[in-house]
Amino acid sequence: MRTAFVRTLLELAGQNQRITLVVGDLGFGVVDKFAEEYPAQFVNAGVAEQNMTGIAAGMALCGKIVFTYSIANFPTLRCIEQIRNDVCYHNANVKIVSVGGGLAYGALGISHHATEDIAMMRVLPNMTVIAPGDPLEAELATQALVANDGPAYLRLGRAGEPRVHDRAVDFQIGKAIQLSNGRDVTLVATGTMLYTTMQVAERLSRDGIHARVLSMHTIKPLDTDALLRAVQETHAVITLEEHSISGGLGSAVAECLAELPDVRVPFKRLGLPPKFTSLVGSHEYLKSSYALTLDGILNSVFDVIDSSVRRKPVLSEPVNHHIHLTEEVCDL
Amino acid sequence: MQTLAATNGSSSSRDLRSLARAIRVDVIQMIHSAKSSHIGSCLSIVDILAVLYGRILRIDPASVKCPDRDRFILSKGHACAAVYAVLAELGFFPKSWLATFYKDGSPLPGHITHYGIPGVEVSTGSLGHGLPLACGMALAGKRQGRPYRVFAILSDGECDEGSTLEAMLFAGHHKLDNLVAVVDYNKIQSIGRVSEVLDLHPFADKWIACRWAVSEVDGHDIAALERAFTEASLQKDAPTCIIAHTIKGKGISFMEDKLLWHYRAPDEQELQKALEELLYC
Repeated sequence: MRTAFVRTLLELAGQNQRITLVVGDLGFGVVDKFAEEYPAQFVNAGVAEQNMTGIAAGMALCGKIVFTYSIANFPTLRCIEQIRNDVCYHNANVKIVSVGGGLAYGALGISHHATEDIAMMRVLPNMTVIAPGDPLEAELATQALVANDGPAYLRLGRAGEPRVHDRAVDFQIGKAIQLSNGRDVTLVATGTMLYTTMQVAERLSRDGIHARVLSMHTIKPLDTDALLRAVQETHAVITLEEHSISGGLGSAVAECLAELPDVRVPFKRLGLPPKFTSLVGSHEYLKSSYALTLDGILNSVFDVIDSSVRRKPVLSEPVNHHIHLTEEVCDL
Repeated sequence: MQTLAATNGSSSSRDLRSLARAIRVDVIQMIHSAKSSHIGSCLSIVDILAVLYGRILRIDPASVKCPDRDRFILSKGHACAAVYAVLAELGFFPKSWLATFYKDGSPLPGHITHYGIPGVEVSTGSLGHGLPLACGMALAGKRQGRPYRVFAILSDGECDEGSTLEAMLFAGHHKLDNLVAVVDYNKIQSIGRVSEVLDLHPFADKWIACRWAVSEVDGHDIAALERAFTEASLQKDAPTCIIAHTIKGKGISFMEDKLLWHYRAPDEQELQKALEELLYC
């Protein structure tokens, strides 16, 4: 995703001299080309994220479209007051980009796990929060952020994420992308969970369970219309994110669903528990440990859906049968 | 492109002293009426503001968004009453606003805000934010080839902030010679003397080490301030720091150099005494 982002920004920077990339001394091998081709649109602020964010706001207030860039929690939590006061309060045209959202930096440890960033960014007024689901979404999100003024947080994976969309998609900030039109359960995924969620949906279909998959690339503003349709047209809603279940996508969706009148739907947040881990290991190892890989998610989904359905053999007919949903798993 | 002249470019030192007196009167009345804090912090920067707004800044109340205007940032946002006063004195907004300072429904909060106040570039209040913002504005101006300068007034206390030190390094490295930082060095910070809380001495050396051009002036000497601001930016490829040696509460005898007046608002009797003193200054 970071490659898609930088490639896109490079293209846009050639057309728009207002675009400026400010990095916090990170991006080795990633931002070099940008720095070489557009030195007048590039700044390495050094290992100084507060100043990086302050100068970004100052430049934006003088007409620039500024992207700050670093990894993990450094461009967000380290300088959150600069983001709140200097960027958001001034409605400055600053886009904060973090690479390695979630557990992507695996064995590097807690300091490098960005697992509360969505929560902290989404509570800030004027802030848009986007976590693209694949490299194409990252590219389209970058274009959309340049086209739309105002503060934003772009939470990227690391590198090498598989492409989910096999063709052009209609990417609009604040509009979920529906990838499958099932009516049994809605899987709402954001960011790096999208690919695995598609795998889950495919496996569910073998058991005759047709999932609707929403790529909720924009966590704020949340696409409440898509969620309303999900609760009206499907039997359960499950959110998936590589982020603490506290404050992230799951919480945002829960806030939305809880305020819908006369709606009660089984609901489950899948993500990381809101605690620090002592586990050491790769991205995949950690995701597996938190049941965020295919099998773990399938188990969680089956926990939401009545076990009688789960044990049914794969059905030949399209699944329109009634699915019983357990009540006790409703988190609302 | 619109060309801006320095505000009141023809004003004499005497006019600047009158402006300073007017700001002090406004500030004392505002803080008395509001029962708010930070009167000492306001009074220590009044003469600096009078010179900047009366002589140096190229700004125009009729064109507050002109791209080539000089930028002024009050990084020590708690001294906002003094800036509100000078802006009102120069016609950026009605003087009647000053009487509402800090009160319910007022446009003027107790830390400086850009929101709805003509002439205020940025909001501050949390310390250590102003110099990074100023660096960004200065860098943008250089890259756009614009002729403006950026001025920021910092408190001595906020030089404790890591973000201020980050910006000091940044400005020197990037040779921001269109940037002028003024430190209101009144030597008293929030709950103690700077020398006792976290000593800045040797202060000029710290800026010089970050490749700034530094001058030290009496922050209440109008002529010395004028010289310092006029000479600022003459050194190419270096930002300028003016260390203004000031007195907290300057101009009101019983407030001068007293920590108490970081917090206390003058009562009716103290207000009258202060106003009397200003009549003769």
